[in-house]
Amino acid sequence: MNEMTKVTTLKDWETDQEVRWCPGCGDYAILKAVQRTMPQLGADPANTVFVSGIGCSSRFPYYMESYGFHTIHGRAPAVATGVKLANPELDVWIITGDGDALSIGGNHTMHVLRRNLDCQIMLFNNEIYGLTKGQYSPTSREGTTSPSTPYGSVDHPASPCAFALGSGARFVARGIDVHKGLPDVLKAAHAHKGAAFIEIFQNCIVYNKDVFEEFAAKKTAASTQLWLTDGEPMLFEKGEKGIALDNENLTLKVVNVVDGDWEAAGVIVHDVTNRSIAHMLVELPFGEFPMALGVLYDDPKPTFESAVVEQNRLASEGKKPDLQALVSKGQTWTVKEGRAEL
Amino acid sequence: MASAAEVNTGKIDAVPEAVVVRFAGDSGDGMQLTGGQFTLSTALSGNDLATFPDFPAEIRAPQGTLFGVSAFQINFGSREINTAGDQPDVLVAMNPAALKTNVEALKPGGLIIADSGEFGKRNLDKAKYENNPLEDGSLAKWQLLSFDISQLTLDAVKPFGLGNKEALRCKNMWTLGLALWMFDRERQPIVDWLNQKFAKKPEIAEANIAALNAGHAYGETAELSGPMQKVHIPAAPSEPGLYRTITGAEAISLGLVAGTHLADLPMFFGGYPITPASAILHHLARYKEYGVTTFQAEDEIAAIASAIGASYSGSLGVTSSSGPGIALKGEAMGLAIMTELPLVVVNSQRGGPSTGLPTKTEQSDLYQAVYGRNGDAPMPVIAARSPADAFDCAIEAVRIAVQYMTPVMLLTDGYIANAAEPWAVPDMSDYKAFPVQHLTEAQDGGFKPYGRDEKLARPWVKPGTPDLMHRIGGIEKAVDTGHIDYAPENHQEMTEIRRDKVMGVAESIDDQQVDLGDAGGKLAIVGWGSTYGPIHQAVRRAREADHNVSHIHIRNIWPMPKNLGELLKSYEKVLVPEMNTGQLKTLLRDQFLVDAQPLNKTSGQPFLIAEILAAIEENLA
Ligand code: SF4
Repeated sequence: MNEMTKVTTLKDWETDQEVRWCPGCGDYAILKAVQRTMPQLGADPANTVFVSGIGCSSRFPYYMESYGFHTIHGRAPAVATGVKLANPELDVWIITGDGDALSIGGNHTMHVLRRNLDCQIMLFNNEIYGLTKGQYSPTSREGTTSPSTPYGSVDHPASPCAFALGSGARFVARGIDVHKGLPDVLKAAHAHKGAAFIEIFQNCIVYNKDVFEEFAAKKTAASTQLWLTDGEPMLFEKGEKGIALDNENLTLKVVNVVDGDWEAAGVIVHDVTNRSIAHMLVELPFGEFPMALGVLYDDPKPTFESAVVEQNRLASEGKKPDLQALVSKGQTWTVKEGRAEL
Repeated sequence: MASAAEVNTGKIDAVPEAVVVRFAGDSGDGMQLTGGQFTLSTALSGNDLATFPDFPAEIRAPQGTLFGVSAFQINFGSREINTAGDQPDVLVAMNPAALKTNVEALKPGGLIIADSGEFGKRNLDKAKYENNPLEDGSLAKWQLLSFDISQLTLDAVKPFGLGNKEALRCKNMWTLGLALWMFDRERQPIVDWLNQKFAKKPEIAEANIAALNAGHAYGETAELSGPMQKVHIPAAPSEPGLYRTITGAEAISLGLVAGTHLADLPMFFGGYPITPASAILHHLARYKEYGVTTFQAEDEIAAIASAIGASYSGSLGVTSSSGPGIALKGEAMGLAIMTELPLVVVNSQRGGPSTGLPTKTEQSDLYQAVYGRNGDAPMPVIAARSPADAFDCAIEAVRIAVQYMTPVMLLTDGYIANAAEPWAVPDMSDYKAFPVQHLTEAQDGGFKPYGRDEKLARPWVKPGTPDLMHRIGGIEKAVDTGHIDYAPENHQEMTEIRRDKVMGVAESIDDQQVDLGDAGGKLAIVGWGSTYGPIHQAVRRAREADHNVSHIHIRNIWPMPKNLGELLKSYEKVLVPEMNTGQLKTLLRDQFLVDAQPLNKTSGQPFLIAEILAAIEENLA
């Protein structure tokens, strides 16, 4: 996030590079959503850096007319940390995928969140390795058949948002590639000072087509999507259902709302700063519950780079850099015509 | 000649040119501290010196065991000293294990000072001694002086009311006091240091000072009856000027700071704890007012990746590690090569492979430095030869990195990192600045992210610069534009450009000199890194004995100086001593088709002068 604003249009954010995702890939929709959102943020292309790892999603920086760094597999958060520490004024976006962020780069994802580097992290979750031709990924559901798991995968998937929250993230949100709610999620992430983690359900039409259809499909969205807004009750199914606290089991439950009286039904008002509720929201089992989307959690705390800058400033206060003095430090002695003197 | 003191009289020669002393004890005995302080007082008295700290990998190895022995060797003298010395003249052994593991190195007739208070049954058992060596005559070929240092220390510190354990901790200061007496050293600098170190615990400071004084006083008395004698070694004739002692880790840190200042850049250092490289991170973390940002990353890969990110943002990224960590950084080095960003990678080599010998020294990462990346991934490599030399090498690494837009590897090793030597404090105004100009406006003919200057370096553009937005990454780049380009002819051309750029560094380095001896002749001893000292001294001695042998020391490992091939071919024989199985030897054969012969040592210990001398004689026979 940065304070400068600049007037741009969507066109200003497009590069002359041919976009090389498969036709129909969800990445196109995400790219457009970002290009459309950047002008609304007043972002300055010269001050914006997209840093990515490896994977289909990580081609993203080549298509944004800003600064961009397509790095190596899993390491985008680490590279971004150096970018931001060396110049905290830059507006840094990390583009990653489920394999990139949670498998090979899981360690860096954890630490960039824990440190709370001011940046936006967009994790394109397609539950598959696309670029390497379709192996199951750490977010693939159990039983996923793929070239590397011809009899179905047997390991339990990771939940990106639960991972993020567990790592200490102060902003956790979810969006869907083609859903119109994505720009608002991006705006909220950008407004958050600190590491903002966004999981975007992205349709890999070649290797994992429609894997999110159960909740992403427009037709059934009313009953399968729970869009959260700070200060608003957690309602879905056109307001006929809501989420309430199950006091007995200390979990959430779905309740029916009669005549719009959600208060009577005990529906919770979404408070983005409530970390306990956030933990429950990221873990809601889909099916029994709708998919929680939008900003699940947003409670800023001081950022890593600002703490580093401040410590550097304090430690340097009143000290004048003097190379000659630096090399002459410690216990020294002077030799005069072959004789040493203290 | 490192151990020039002739001990055939049973006493240390009254005015030897140089003396080698080894302090050995349990790792909890504070031997490194004793050695460090003795080094300081020795430097202050104007002797030239070299040290060799040798400690176990375990932080607190079980007390009294053979593998828990920690030793510190110092060679000091009234003339130039390049090594820590082959054989000690004096061994201070604080327990049976220390005696057992070190006594064989002691020069025949050398002096053993042993703490008899530690030679009880338990400690003898732990050291696998059946009989007490202090009593059974097995040490007859040496001079032995044993007394109960433990008890003497307890007596000395009694007035300060410390517990038994705390009181015994002062033993090392008692020993130091004795050593200071023996070699006629000032106590005051140590007293000042103790007062400073224990400023918050004055009773500890006073007890240590009392132990120091008691040890010193004991020397006076013991002299009357034993083989111990006060020895005065005159100051070494050195160039007039300001001196200090410096370790390699300190010198590299200071050199990196100086280099980035000469380049007019802030420094970003990404590091991850690893022995023996961590000391660089520790030093740099204290230099914030010099524009240094340090970042302890989550792992080795993040350490280098963050440094690359910082270089992309316009700082100079630096990372440092040791062999295993360097291996982890390999892929990221390739990224820096592909994106042509400046970066300095410091490798403090240790014994390998895998975890290997974390606290012991080796030069076995030369292949890794020169060849150890996927793809054709050329990268300049320079190697420091000593702690003091590491300062200039670090500056040179920074210069090459920023002028050629390339990662550079700086090789040092565990020996250089930890060892201390006197350093003539440089006059910083003697160093030529090489300020970096980031590109802020498009060049004539439009902005080309992969356009090149006469050194084949591409422009360095900081994000935040208006109108020069561009994308970089690890995928092959098109010539000039830097766009993704998989075309066969483009990859051919870019591979050649990357190679030519790095080979072009040779244009900016000095011709290879002969360190000692003549250009051309019967035998050249060619070395690199920390073998400089023993090679130099061995060649000097051989030349004094009229052997036709020369010493060539290579600092620029890759690319090599342009005249090196011709120079090597002017000798009948080329011998390459290395603390590995022959890595530079292979490189020299490969590059110049010379019949370089190996002389290898991989025991985790530096070469002895005698070992190289023997090889010289054999080759000239
Ligand atoms: S493989 Fe899948 S994720 Fe990758 S570009 Fe094609 S559709 Fe998109």
